[in-house]
Amino acid sequence: MKVDRRNFIKTSGMFAAGSMILPPLAQSCQNVQISADVKSYLDHFEVTTEMLQKVIATAMSKGGDYADLFFEHKKFNSLGLQDGKVNSAYSNIDFGVGIRVLNGDQTGFAYSENLALDEMINAAKLAANIANSSASFDAKSFNEKIPANFYKISQKWEDVSVKDKVPFVQKINDKIFALDDKVIKVNAGMRDETSYVLFYNSEGRLTYDYRPMVSFYAVCIMQDGQQIENAYAARSVRRGFEWLSEELVDELANEAVDRTNLLFKAGKPKAGEMPVVLGAGGSGILLHEAIGHTFEADFNRKGTSIFSDKLNKKVAEPFINIIDDGTLPNDRGAINIDDEGNDVQKTYLVKDGMLNSYIHDRISAKHYGVEPTGNGRRESFRHMPLPRMRSTYMENGPHTTEEIFAAVDYGVYVDNFSNGEVKIGAGDFTFFVKSGYIIENGKLTTPIKDINIVGNGPQALADITMAANDYKNDSGTWTCGKDGQSVPVTLGLPTVLVKKMTVGGTNA
Amino acid sequence: MTKEEKYTLAKWAMNHALENGAQQVSVSISNSTGSSVEVREEKIDKLEQAIQSGLSIRLFVDGKYSAHSTSRMKKEDLARFIEEAIDGTRYLSEDPFRTLPEPELYYKGGGKDLGALDANFNNIDPKTKIDLAFAAEQEVLGKDERLISVSSSYYDGLSERVMVTSNGFEGDTANSYFAIRTEVSVKGGDARPEFSWGESAIKFNDLKKDGTGTTALKRAIEKIGAEKIKSGTMPMLVENRVVGRLLGPVLEAINGASIQQKNSFLIDKLNEKVASDKLSITDDPFIVGGRGSRLFDGEGLATKKRSIFDKGVLKTYYIDTYYAKKLETEPTGGSTTNIVFEPGTKDLEGLIASIDKGIFVTGFNGGNCNGSTGDFSYGIDGFLIEKGQVVKPVSEMNITGNMKTLLMNIKELGSDVKTDSSVRTPSILFDAVDFSGS
Repeated sequence: MKVDRRNFIKTSGMFAAGSMILPPLAQSCQNVQISADVKSYLDHFEVTTEMLQKVIATAMSKGGDYADLFFEHKKFNSLGLQDGKVNSAYSNIDFGVGIRVLNGDQTGFAYSENLALDEMINAAKLAANIANSSASFDAKSFNEKIPANFYKISQKWEDVSVKDKVPFVQKINDKIFALDDKVIKVNAGMRDETSYVLFYNSEGRLTYDYRPMVSFYAVCIMQDGQQIENAYAARSVRRGFEWLSEELVDELANEAVDRTNLLFKAGKPKAGEMPVVLGAGGSGILLHEAIGHTFEADFNRKGTSIFSDKLNKKVAEPFINIIDDGTLPNDRGAINIDDEGNDVQKTYLVKDGMLNSYIHDRISAKHYGVEPTGNGRRESFRHMPLPRMRSTYMENGPHTTEEIFAAVDYGVYVDNFSNGEVKIGAGDFTFFVKSGYIIENGKLTTPIKDINIVGNGPQALADITMAANDYKNDSGTWTCGKDGQSVPVTLGLPTVLVKKMTVGGTNA
Repeated sequence: MTKEEKYTLAKWAMNHALENGAQQVSVSISNSTGSSVEVREEKIDKLEQAIQSGLSIRLFVDGKYSAHSTSRMKKEDLARFIEEAIDGTRYLSEDPFRTLPEPELYYKGGGKDLGALDANFNNIDPKTKIDLAFAAEQEVLGKDERLISVSSSYYDGLSERVMVTSNGFEGDTANSYFAIRTEVSVKGGDARPEFSWGESAIKFNDLKKDGTGTTALKRAIEKIGAEKIKSGTMPMLVENRVVGRLLGPVLEAINGASIQQKNSFLIDKLNEKVASDKLSITDDPFIVGGRGSRLFDGEGLATKKRSIFDKGVLKTYYIDTYYAKKLETEPTGGSTTNIVFEPGTKDLEGLIASIDKGIFVTGFNGGNCNGSTGDFSYGIDGFLIEKGQVVKPVSEMNITGNMKTLLMNIKELGSDVKTDSSVRTPSILFDAVDFSGS
């Protein structure tokens, strides 16, 4: 359950579960004003406002000071291609409610996969045990919150047949084989996911979200003589079926082939400390690892992060602004509400070089006496929320890419990554470079591959001496892991220069 | 759900699929229960209770294949779910290699009790569990002025599963675990070194109840002042706890899917010497109390004890039914059970004493391995060893190399085999590893 304490990120290179039948329901006997939208979510989960209030009252019955209910129905589908054909599929349905009770900083949590009232009441009793007095709880009037809509779509995945998705996966295979004679295998696939979320808490807040997601990827495996290499290309966004196109297939196919070709010529740099130029886009992994996790306020509240005493202090050059943003349209990291029902913001973590805000959930926001930042996220209704990132990126800086390269005598340029990790207390972070180049006298020379770069968070942040004006968001399949829970995120960066980090390589 | 209820529902689901167009079906139903408590500052910080159930189904429809799972267990929901899954499968391409296993390879019952379950699982008093977490915390509180934070957890779980297939397999498993873990952070300079230490057992009475706090505190303090040292090529001693993470890519590379998909640095290496003479590994599914012990695998295939590496010679690929057909060979089981390393003679102290200058790696930080080529690069932390003595902590360094070379460079295995994991490994000493530092 809690064995995996690692904080990391990685990228990763099934069938229309039908929509639910919605039977008519008992009318709520309360005189509550709810919108047709909320009503449709209540109907979806086959619950009533009266049931919500009964479950919350049970959750609060032992004297907790806050409780919430997180209903979720997630439909996941994937298609897989191997050896030339779309020949496997997987689907999963997850359905239930998570019930959380807070008593100060303390959390009680339980869930139920069955939404019958007695089953929910049983789970609420378990969660209530975090408090141990007896209390009477007066139900608050319903306070309906219409969420933002950061991911408008036109064709819902629920309405799309396997038949209509298969051709796109098949085409990416055929396209990759057509591009290069060295291709010996292709693995490709598509994953789509639709989540219905209904949220209600002891303060009366009642809100909901509809979360679409799609990932499309291809792994290209090539052989040249005895050498076999592989690389992949992937995109993931909160969009509907309308997102798929011939252009997207071409773009991914070309990217997978180009990336694989590069590896045949690539070697390893010298081992040791050197300047690192991070290319625009996926290099945002630096921010995710070097500062993102260590800014998460649960760690700071407990004093276990290396940034625990740095709030409102200078942590970077004054031209550096770093943001964690849940509002980017159709972004994989966007959320209309967080998983604690809070509004979502664009949050400045570093503003003009100063540590401006940690990443908060409800517990840590209360601890620090600030408004929640909309970062309370969870993997599913089976998990309790934690402070988590959304899309983490840096705004443009004052330099040009030419100036940045010109500043490096010997170093590396990196722009393609697979995963990273951080030790919160030591601040040591790493990210794994799939490919890049050695820089010699300001010029890209030999390609490099498969090296890990390690740095220290506060030091690396302070060592960002130049930032260009070419910011790019990376829409790869980034998944962030913390305390055994995975959530989708994205990241972005303009081209930056980090004065020195330790680069894996050879000592020969 | 009782075992009988699970069997009844699984067979109903299987028959429903067969009646609606599937020619072969495999169904598993599992349920699990677990609890966890985490304490901080002498209070309960988090209390969690989980009760879960789910059905998984593998469908073979007109030569086409798909797999599905759901947590909605009502019969009317399952019926629709299965019918729609079958409909969707019809749009896939045919795959002649997808079938259920040959029935003669199935486990047919009568295996020994592998000790995977504590029959008293439900009889442990909740207060006893909470008190164990508090006791672990007390091992640390007030013990060192550099202490910043300590949190201790107790957690347990019980899972039960039945599986049936349409060509005759029936089998069930039940597993339990109990665990205590303590995480400690201490202040040392600007850094706040942390360490997490856990104990676990299949049976409550076998759980080591004390020591997680004491060990976590000691090891966090040992990391104070860690810094990188100069880059260089030196011997590397890897602590038994983390050997599994380093050698994970080797197990990936000998999996049938990796071999058939050309994503392995050990293609066509069966019965060839690919590692040092010192390396002998057996996959042993039958160890009583072993964390990876099982009588049958995920497809129902009866497990067997197999030699994986014998004095450096690769003896087995892990191949399931699907990849066996594609590779035109016999299935050996698609997953590892207990990976048992043949130990050496020196204990950890003895291995350290044998090193003139090298690094004792006690933790990995990120990094990865290219499955096709074996090229790897990992972040590490640990200790510098000079003249047989631990000198100082190191961190923020990388090791970089190739798995094929690393396997050949195994110099010595320790006698300190870790048995509370399915990877039963001692600490291992490697020659000539490239470290990047300052």
